[in-house]
Amino acid sequence: MRLIERFFTVIGANTIDRVWRLGFAARFFLAMLSHSVETFRRPRLLLREIYASGVLSLIIILVSGLFVGLVLGLQGYDTLQRYGSSEALGILVALSLVRELGPVVAALLFASRAGSSMTAEVGLMKATEQLAAMDMMAVNPLARIMAPRFWGGVLSMPLLAALFTAAGIFGGWLIGVIFIGVDEGAFWAQMQANVNFRDDVFNGIIKSAVFGVAVSLIAVFEGFDAVPTAEGVSRAITRTVVTSALAILALDFVLTSFMFRGL
Amino acid sequence: MNSPFVEINGLDFAYGDRQILSGIDMQLPKGKLTAIMGGSGCGKTTLLRLIGGQIKPDRGSLKVGGQEVSRFSERELYDMRRRMGMLFQFGALFTDLSVYDNVAFPLREHTRLPESAIRDLVLLKLEAVGLRGAAQLMPAELSGGMARRVALARSVALDPELILFDEPFTGLDPISLSIIATLIRRLTDALGATSVMVTHDVHESLAVVDYVYFMAGGRMVGSGTPEELRVSTDPYVYQFVHAQPDGPVHFHYPAGGLDEQLLAGAA
Repeated sequence: MRLIERFFTVIGANTIDRVWRLGFAARFFLAMLSHSVETFRRPRLLLREIYASGVLSLIIILVSGLFVGLVLGLQGYDTLQRYGSSEALGILVALSLVRELGPVVAALLFASRAGSSMTAEVGLMKATEQLAAMDMMAVNPLARIMAPRFWGGVLSMPLLAALFTAAGIFGGWLIGVIFIGVDEGAFWAQMQANVNFRDDVFNGIIKSAVFGVAVSLIAVFEGFDAVPTAEGVSRAITRTVVTSALAILALDFVLTSFMFRGL
Repeated sequence: MNSPFVEINGLDFAYGDRQILSGIDMQLPKGKLTAIMGGSGCGKTTLLRLIGGQIKPDRGSLKVGGQEVSRFSERELYDMRRRMGMLFQFGALFTDLSVYDNVAFPLREHTRLPESAIRDLVLLKLEAVGLRGAAQLMPAELSGGMARRVALARSVALDPELILFDEPFTGLDPISLSIIATLIRRLTDALGATSVMVTHDVHESLAVVDYVYFMAGGRMVGSGTPEELRVSTDPYVYQFVHAQPDGPVHFHYPAGGLDEQLLAGAA
């Protein structure tokens, strides 16, 4: 009997804790939005964060995009040539990247590279009382620290996804056209004819923007909410990467359902 | 005694069920340096956070400059903090900014001064703490004492009316400790500011402060000038000033009988 009681107690306590955290995160998000005017009034703060989360993520995004494109080129050619459609390699590579792999893989990489870095920075600022010091200097940390990082991430994410996709298409071209010998004209012409801007490219941009909001919010919130100890910050970073990955994949399913299935 | 700049009456504060402060009455005179002393965990830092408006009291009144802090809106609280400086226990310098930029930070955030004027003010503040030559160093390149001095310069950058010092002597060597104590006294006098110092360092504090409040177990247990406290026979004050290991503040954390616990373990 005691075990059953304890079982329900633990489940109840965990549920309350999760709901409370969700509510706290929602209030944090709204408070951060209400303090976002300052971020756009001081573009230097925003540019610094775009550099930190966007420019510094370029290497991993471009290199990963290139490798994903190379693999797509090989796998795609192997499958398509069985049906005598190897000239459709350009469409396969482009649609896979523009619709799915570009936004999703770039967001996963962004969460690991920039999201974890944001959480670590904000968490350590909290642990070393820098946020409290700022607050005591009548400078709101939400406006000065959180909002610029959040918006820097939101603006960087679609650009990184676009660059990931471009690098991937280049990788697909390199394998398909240069190494395997697929006709270059067919590669580009089929891609141009079958990739629709509104249905494919624009939807991919929307996806990456939504992922940018999710990852950046999770990253700054976890840093802000971190227990101010070395272990607490380490746990917050882990939570950022895990929660972001799950959020990206779940949101991708929801968005894809609406965009491509007419639900 | 001058008119009080900070007035606390019947203040209670608890974290959940844990009572931290009970019935605190205190008056901090304008332009004076007052120390709040007591052992670790007696509620000193909590009291400082209440004065700074970081937390709100459960009961009682806390006025700064004649205004009730707990009734401030966020804007009013920030207006008050612009006239306030705070030195944190370990400095809390912004690690991504140089010494110069740390001291310039409040000036850049709260004034529209041209960069040339900010430069002059920053150099003057750094000169006052003896670190003008370290302006371009990063916080990671500073010793503990130097970091505390930079934080001190930053806390007085806007010439505050009220300065809060949270354990300013923690972890410092004797030379740095003496330098910080002297600087706190000198800056308080130069700015005509009301200063509150939370500390448990008896020797250095009594040498520089004007008045002392003693706390134990979340209550105010004594007060007086340094001269009065040195000769006080009050058990709490005597134990603290003369660093006695046992007295009203017990050596042992409350526990049941040792025999019972040992026998219970054997069974």
